Amino acid sequence: MSDFRMPSLGADMEAGTLIKWLKQPGDTVKRGDIVAEVDTDKGAIEIEVFEDGVLDAIVVEPGEKVPVGRTLARIRSAGGPAAEPGGTPAPAPATPPAAAEAVSPAAAPSIPRVTEATPAVTGAVAAPMPRPSARVAASPAARRRAGELGVDLQLLKGSGPGGAITLADVEGAPTGAPAPAVAPDRRQTMRRAIAAAMAKSKREIPHAYVTTTIDMSRTMDWLRAENQRRSIEDRLLPAALLLKAVASAVSDVPDVNGFWTEEQLQPSAPVHIGTAIVLRGGGLIAPALHDVDQRDLSAVMRGLSDLVARARAGALRGSELTDATITVTNLGDLGVEGVLGIIYPPQVAIVGFGRIVDRPWVIEGRIEARPVLSASLSFDHRAVDGHRAGLFLAAVDRRLQSPETL
Amino acid sequence: MTQQDLTAIVRQALARVAPETAKADIPANAPLREECDLDSMDFLNFVIGLHEATGVEIPEPDYPKVASIAGAVAYLSERATRLRI
Repeated sequence: MSDFRMPSLGADMEAGTLIKWLKQPGDTVKRGDIVAEVDTDKGAIEIEVFEDGVLDAIVVEPGEKVPVGRTLARIRSAGGPAAEPGGTPAPAPATPPAAAEAVSPAAAPSIPRVTEATPAVTGAVAAPMPRPSARVAASPAARRRAGELGVDLQLLKGSGPGGAITLADVEGAPTGAPAPAVAPDRRQTMRRAIAAAMAKSKREIPHAYVTTTIDMSRTMDWLRAENQRRSIEDRLLPAALLLKAVASAVSDVPDVNGFWTEEQLQPSAPVHIGTAIVLRGGGLIAPALHDVDQRDLSAVMRGLSDLVARARAGALRGSELTDATITVTNLGDLGVEGVLGIIYPPQVAIVGFGRIVDRPWVIEGRIEARPVLSASLSFDHRAVDGHRAGLFLAAVDRRLQSPETL
Repeated sequence: MTQQDLTAIVRQALARVAPETAKADIPANAPLREECDLDSMDFLNFVIGLHEATGVEIPEPDYPKVASIAGAVAYLSERATRLRI
């Protein structure tokens, strides 16, 4: 028997409100199954289990707000004995520090793993879910549909647990009203969460930076030709090539992909790229695109498109908020030429890309107009040396000079 | 298809990627990327929306021609006539 706990969906999360259970006691669950929806500062998030078994008992009911690490349900191995009816859950272990400290990135890179989550806060009480006047609680499916239909969630009365807005509520609502992607109060809480994470990063991580300018002629020529032979739906954006180049370059300099925990670098074998996504109406989120190094360009593009759509619809999964091993921020669309990002702890690096812009470029003594890209790497100097950081950007450049191999 | 039909299609494709524009008064010649804060992914999805609704192929080099509501309507009108839509 093991505990399924409120996961920490980022170093800045202290508590979450259970919106609803998607599995019931007695249901078989497999690793990766979405079993519940949780409301956080970042929106409604679908959370998964990380083991196979049977959902034995539900401990926290919909509408309850509980700290990170609190047991939400119990899972037994398939074939194992069921819990006794009426059995009470073991009390959450007591810890003196605040939840934010309990889940500090320095504790372990295990924050993504629900079953390894850190202890709950003593004395934390299960609070009723705030009513829509404070913030709009809605299921991811409802948010997605509201975006499609132009329904303003703030104008709806939820019929779900704790007043949460359900898919049926949205589909039964009058359409046409433009829906703010992020409600004002949500923006405020998200802003606070971003502020806490960024302040913590700058306070604790000794940032250092390297930058370079990359000739994108070959990359853009290849992309243009490639997109000519693709259907509209399958066309690639430069962002997909940049993500793939970063993931591929990690194999040359693995130090930049991982976590700084327990006073040492813990490299990560998987390459999950946190992709900074601006939310319409304000706010920013950097969910992970999983295993980018293992995907071909088409799969990276599809994954990126899906991730952006779900981030803006409020339908991300818990693992996507916690699994990133390195982050990429691409501000090229905004017209800026370069960006030096702030590392998201406990990661040790963030890659920044500006816009691709024509500039004079010297080729064998001649000056030509070439499309160039400003690239940067902000790195944790405890984990990575400047020399290695430079090698990494050189590896990214090399990959982009052979786009057909990405 | 009439100009009115095409305008509705363009507005609908835009609202799919930027729901807050559904009721907004967007000048016909305003550059959509700036006016509606569209990034590359949004713009690609906007183009896909136009294609799905009309069947008109929009090659990448023509993206600037559909970068405003008026431009998109004119572009689709010309191609739709060829396609006899």
